[in-house]
Amino acid sequence: MSAPGINDFTLRVATVNGTGSASANGLLMKAIFRMGVPVVGKNIFPSNIQGLPTWYEIRVTGDGHAGRDGEIHFVIAMNPETYADDLASLAPGGVLLYDSTWPRPQLLSRPDVTVLGAPLSAMCNEAFKAARSRILMKNMAYVGAAAALLDLDLDVIKQLVTEMFAGKEKLIPLNMQAVELGRNYALQNFTCPLNFRTKPMEKAKGKIMIDGNTAAGLGMVYGGATFGAWYPITPSTSLMDAFQLYCDKLRVDADTGLHNYCILQAEDELAAAGLVIGASWAGARGFTPTSGPGISLMSEFIGFAYYTEVPLVICDIQRVGPSTGMPTRTQQCDIQLCAYASHGDTRHLVLYPAHPGECFEFAAMSLDLAERFQTPVFFLSDIDIGMNDWMVDELTWPEDYVPDRGKVLSAEDLEETKAFYRYLDVDGDAIPYRTLPGTHKKGAYFLRGSGHTKLGRYTEKGEEYKEVVDRLYDKWKRAAAFMPAPVVTPASRPARLGIIAIGSSDGAVREARDRLEAAGMPVDYMRIRGFPFSDEVAAFVEAHDEVFVVEQNRDAQLLGLIITETAAQKEKLTPVLHYSGEPLNYRFVYDAIENAVKVRKIA
Amino acid sequence: MTSFVKPKIRRKNEPLNDLGLARSDYDGAMSTLCAGCGHDSVTAALARAYFELSMDPKDVVKVSGIGCSSKTTTYFLRDAHGANTVHGRMPSFATGAAAVNGALSYVGVSGDGDSLSIGIGQMAHAIRRNVNMLYMLENNGVYGLTKGQFSASSDIGSTAKKGAANTLPPIDPAIFALSVGATFVARSFSGDRDQLVSIIKAGIKHRGFALIDVISPCVSFNDHKGSTKSYAHTYQYYHKAVHADYVPPSEEIVTSYEEGDVMPVELHDGGIIKLRKLDADYDPTDRAGAMDHLLRSQATSEILTGLLYIDESRPDMVEHKKLTDTPLHSIPYAKLNPGAEALRKVQEEFR
Repeated sequence: MSAPGINDFTLRVATVNGTGSASANGLLMKAIFRMGVPVVGKNIFPSNIQGLPTWYEIRVTGDGHAGRDGEIHFVIAMNPETYADDLASLAPGGVLLYDSTWPRPQLLSRPDVTVLGAPLSAMCNEAFKAARSRILMKNMAYVGAAAALLDLDLDVIKQLVTEMFAGKEKLIPLNMQAVELGRNYALQNFTCPLNFRTKPMEKAKGKIMIDGNTAAGLGMVYGGATFGAWYPITPSTSLMDAFQLYCDKLRVDADTGLHNYCILQAEDELAAAGLVIGASWAGARGFTPTSGPGISLMSEFIGFAYYTEVPLVICDIQRVGPSTGMPTRTQQCDIQLCAYASHGDTRHLVLYPAHPGECFEFAAMSLDLAERFQTPVFFLSDIDIGMNDWMVDELTWPEDYVPDRGKVLSAEDLEETKAFYRYLDVDGDAIPYRTLPGTHKKGAYFLRGSGHTKLGRYTEKGEEYKEVVDRLYDKWKRAAAFMPAPVVTPASRPARLGIIAIGSSDGAVREARDRLEAAGMPVDYMRIRGFPFSDEVAAFVEAHDEVFVVEQNRDAQLLGLIITETAAQKEKLTPVLHYSGEPLNYRFVYDAIENAVKVRKIA
Repeated sequence: MTSFVKPKIRRKNEPLNDLGLARSDYDGAMSTLCAGCGHDSVTAALARAYFELSMDPKDVVKVSGIGCSSKTTTYFLRDAHGANTVHGRMPSFATGAAAVNGALSYVGVSGDGDSLSIGIGQMAHAIRRNVNMLYMLENNGVYGLTKGQFSASSDIGSTAKKGAANTLPPIDPAIFALSVGATFVARSFSGDRDQLVSIIKAGIKHRGFALIDVISPCVSFNDHKGSTKSYAHTYQYYHKAVHADYVPPSEEIVTSYEEGDVMPVELHDGGIIKLRKLDADYDPTDRAGAMDHLLRSQATSEILTGLLYIDESRPDMVEHKKLTDTPLHSIPYAKLNPGAEALRKVQEEFR
């Protein structure tokens, strides 16, 4: 695999959290993006407010790859506590920039990397008076040094600083002064630019940088959600923050000042689920964002919504489990949980968005599916998608979109109806009609989580119970045709090998696939986007000798689900499992598949 | 248990309310509770209150959790939507539903197990939000459906059917509700229909969360000697502190109030709750005073009843959240969709 070069390298900034470095790092990435160069940003941060190590990784990828590289070529080491790890993380030939205000002889232990020292603190302490601003300005100083070393466009940086401090204009010259301090020091003391660096391109036209939670929150607004409830939990909180922000901006009635939405902060996740189920039963389009621990707590209510057929949208922004796990690290560890959450025979609809663009689209789709099928729908994202900024196509909304509210009887419908039975399959499509409270006395019915007949009456008779749950299974199976179809990337020539993946694995998998093919190993790739699976999944496995199921958990949950829920032959499936908590990188996938293929050949 | 359809029988000359409906139009399915269960009296009182208020059953929403009390939502108002939800989780479901359509009247029916043990958290937060609903806590001090375990409202020393005495302090729903900001706290007894019906009517008309703690004896597991939630014990220690009557807006108020005896509380619908103090020194608009009385009555085993506290000034959830008058399900999509231009603008910061 190639050495770093122009618009092809990975930069990692190591800082201490709570020191204001996030905005400096965002600025660095945005500057490269504004230069028209595709970037991949990953924030690897602690579950903490201040004082623990945090990293921000920026992959500069002129080729437009969407995942991580796996190698690091340039480190800006601002956290003495992690110097040793940061030095070790560099690929041979890499460069490390550190704050040389204090001598760090241990940084000289690797002869195969270049260590550059810039007295950033000393310069900032001299130039700025207030203690807090010294800390903040140090961040801008490393941005300046990086600008010199990587040949960033200073005008772009200045423009970004201006936007950043709109309304606090006094701070613009101070911040630019800090940028200049770092930049000038680098220009005077190092060979600038480095041999890997940026160069303006035209590849960011029509693109935006956005995180998946923001896109999903916005998608809920455009999808017509009027109700949201949640209990704060990392990493889902920013989804509701976005929904709240855009509702405040776009959904307040200009004349009355009244809200065309209701957002409730629940006392816990059990209540969050109950709030949304109550609101959905009453007819609102509602959702709740949460993470794995929240799903565990909501499980009783999820089964209730499934059995009583109340629409329920849950956005699970997955984080590392089990238990508290690593709350700020990413995994795809709730695949099985969400497929079957709750006691008894329960099975749900699940959407697997792969990037913020799909988060925007699938948010509304989840509302449609929940109301059409009157059942829980999981929007299964993760920290990598939800909290990192991704470069995606500018979001657009179809002008002709009409929300699918499903089968809801109006007062007029009910007036004409002889008798209404909540769970009767009138149309033969396994989906009954529902009514909303307050519509018409003929529409009144009693919702119950206890055994009920197709007419909605209480029962403890086996046959009557079975009739309803068999229809529920049928309804669930029929939903497969309404899930977004798998996306298949075929090899350019017939391939014996295949890859199956979901969600945030996509960027790394696509790159690995491309590189494997370039290295003489053609592989077809299928990205599944919904559960229940379409028949295409089994057919894909059938058409290949071996299929690698790439996923981000220890227990091969997706692979297990494919075995359980399709006719795919177990023997053909090989797990490729990444579960360290860091976002997947292409080298991991490439190596795993290359090694497996080599082993097969030897055997 | 099966739900039996209750035959609708119209008697000749049956009194009709303003909607032309008879009391029997407010019935539901046949009760499957034990004969003599206090809950059935509460169900009857609820039906009567809605009948007397001439409320259209279709505009009422009934919700409950799990337990004997929670079953009763099928036994009244057959023409109203109802939901029998999850144990202890009715308040969140009711809150979500109430947020969608402020024009409907919500009634939650719960018990001491459903509310004070598994569901105490949700009840507390529904009270804090001042959800506009009537909350009936049918309190019998015992778990009936699981056959006789103590509940969290059991008094110290109260004995179970097989003789064991409860040793843990009780949670008094009225004291608890007051402590977390309730705006309507009442206590009554399933055996006192007149008081119960008038308090229920006041609770329905109160804008906000109206808690009614109803002592409702369990004839199967907690009506024996030694129980402090038996009919006999309740009759013995029953003490009426305040009487409340709801007067609808249409009725001209002709009564003149004697200072210190009857006090009117104006409601948001224009109606009035007439409070008649039976204890001269009791002021049901004084939160600290109400708390003080309740704590003292605990010490004397006295069961203080009536409308114990009312505050009409606090906004309910719908007002607090500035919700639109249109039910959330009926806002046209054109109003919910900010449009392409707004989407373009929103994305400026992402470029």
